Amino acid sequence: MTILCAGINHRDAALEIREKFAIGNHELQEALNHLRAIEGLSGAVVVSTCNRVELYASSITPTPVMDAIRRYLKSRTSGVEAPFCTEDSLPSVKHLFRVASGLDSMVVGETEILGQLKQAYSTAAEHGATNTHLNKLFQHAFRVAKQVRTETSITRGATSVGSVAVDLAGKIFGDLGGRKVMLLGAGDTSERVARSLVSRGVRTVIVANRTFDRAAALADQIGGLAVHFDHWHTAFDEVDILICSTAAPHPIVTREKLESILRRHSERPLFIIDLAVPRDVDASVNELENVYLYDIDSIEEIARQSLNIRQAEIVRCEALIDTHVAEFMHWMHNHPTPSR
Amino acid sequence: MQNFLLFASTLILLCSFGYTLFRLGSGRLRPGRPNLAALVTAFALLSADLWLRGQVLRSCPINSLFDVMIFMAWSTTLIYLLVGSAYRLSLLGAFTTPLVLLLLLAAEFAPMDRSPSIRELRDPWIEFHASLSLIAYGAFALAGLAGVMYLIQDRQLKKRKGGTLLYNLPPITDLGVANTRLIWLGLGLLTIAFAAGFVSGMQVNTIKFWTSATIWFAYALMVVLRQVHTLAPRRTATLSVAALGFILLTLPAIQYLSAPK
Repeated sequence: MTILCAGINHRDAALEIREKFAIGNHELQEALNHLRAIEGLSGAVVVSTCNRVELYASSITPTPVMDAIRRYLKSRTSGVEAPFCTEDSLPSVKHLFRVASGLDSMVVGETEILGQLKQAYSTAAEHGATNTHLNKLFQHAFRVAKQVRTETSITRGATSVGSVAVDLAGKIFGDLGGRKVMLLGAGDTSERVARSLVSRGVRTVIVANRTFDRAAALADQIGGLAVHFDHWHTAFDEVDILICSTAAPHPIVTREKLESILRRHSERPLFIIDLAVPRDVDASVNELENVYLYDIDSIEEIARQSLNIRQAEIVRCEALIDTHVAEFMHWMHNHPTPSR
Repeated sequence: MQNFLLFASTLILLCSFGYTLFRLGSGRLRPGRPNLAALVTAFALLSADLWLRGQVLRSCPINSLFDVMIFMAWSTTLIYLLVGSAYRLSLLGAFTTPLVLLLLLAAEFAPMDRSPSIRELRDPWIEFHASLSLIAYGAFALAGLAGVMYLIQDRQLKKRKGGTLLYNLPPITDLGVANTRLIWLGLGLLTIAFAAGFVSGMQVNTIKFWTSATIWFAYALMVVLRQVHTLAPRRTATLSVAALGFILLTLPAIQYLSAPK
């Protein structure tokens, strides 16, 4: 029995090409039926995400089956050849294990792909498109991913401005449920950060922008409240996280202003994320007790550090994966018989 | 047998501490389970040691400085196992281990009399007072450790550099809450212990009385000021660390003054 793999991912082609290969949820059953109809193919799993479209199959006649898969993909993409095709088990198995562990992802170590793989496998199993070898292969891939995640630092730290902000907020407040956020300025990045925080349970978002309509529109989108920019400090009571991104040429949150506001702010920590260039918040604000100020450079530096740590962990991950690949190939060697 | 129990618990904690340092050095600081296992084992061994010593002394084994050091190591571990896990503070075990280890090493290797000293009079109120005071000190020790963790996390957050400690230490808000609650717990236990001391009508050396009263008053002031929001979490953490240092420094003196002459 041979494991085959064919498809395209973010490494091989740009989005315009990848989208030609995309197989939507509504097309999955049809694709699986089509693949199962290929003579000699004993099982198939289709993985289709924004970064990859990959078909995993098992067969005792790999060459003609791979030709048929190529033809199928070509027919779906108006003649575009799938750039990644292998009809050998070893590279196919290794590729799947790397994908499951997040090593083949655009952001190394991201874990969303594991959920997507589980979903793809479960859909194929529901449609009766998997066999013993594919079942074993995918279960093993999930196990590898779990081990890589727990025994290395490949998933450690956040790698985007939004996720760094959420991580830091977690390190200050713990549970973000019930926390209050204020946006000073309604820029795209601050909106993304606010959305990330809302997805983690933040209770209230207050938006203050020089153009009130823009503030109102954004507040409406993310379920918050809009206030006039000139009155932001009056709405500041109980705010836990302040995100600044105005286009002001000078700091609008000065130490003196914040000190007077904090007198009525109880003693809760205040997390300030200053995404503006030039900065909206006077740097000396970070010296205030219970106030943690992060500007765009410090947030990007933390994201870079996380990426460096992840890159440094790749060698350890590859070693773990190689062990599992050898183990799986040994199992394949002892179980050559196809079975559905 | 008792020597073996002490030696074994010290060795286990030493290994656990070494493992934590190794993990810290390699940037993979997640020693939760090994730390917990080491502290549970050390607690069992120390409990057995105290029980055996109690059988020999026919009283709670807190008659000499040697006894007190071991009892405090035991009470700190006890409070960690009872309260620490309730707060689910990651790394609290990693910070508890070196303090317990320090107390055990001091008990075993510092120059002091280790021969059993049997008191003639064993008033149960006095025994209750003394043992509960040391358990209260265990709670203060944990509060001090939570304070150390708070100050480290505060520094990490202020530095804006990320790093292993930042990601592995608990949220600073949780550390502040744990710090205050542990002070409350210690203060409650110490108040009951002092009440038991008054009930017993025990004769107390003036210096010992005032030192103990200072400790009680310092913690009481901390919780009162904390309660009325006059004392910020960072200052509470700093004071709890300073107070723990004061306890550790004055404990030998208090014990010397209250030892049977």
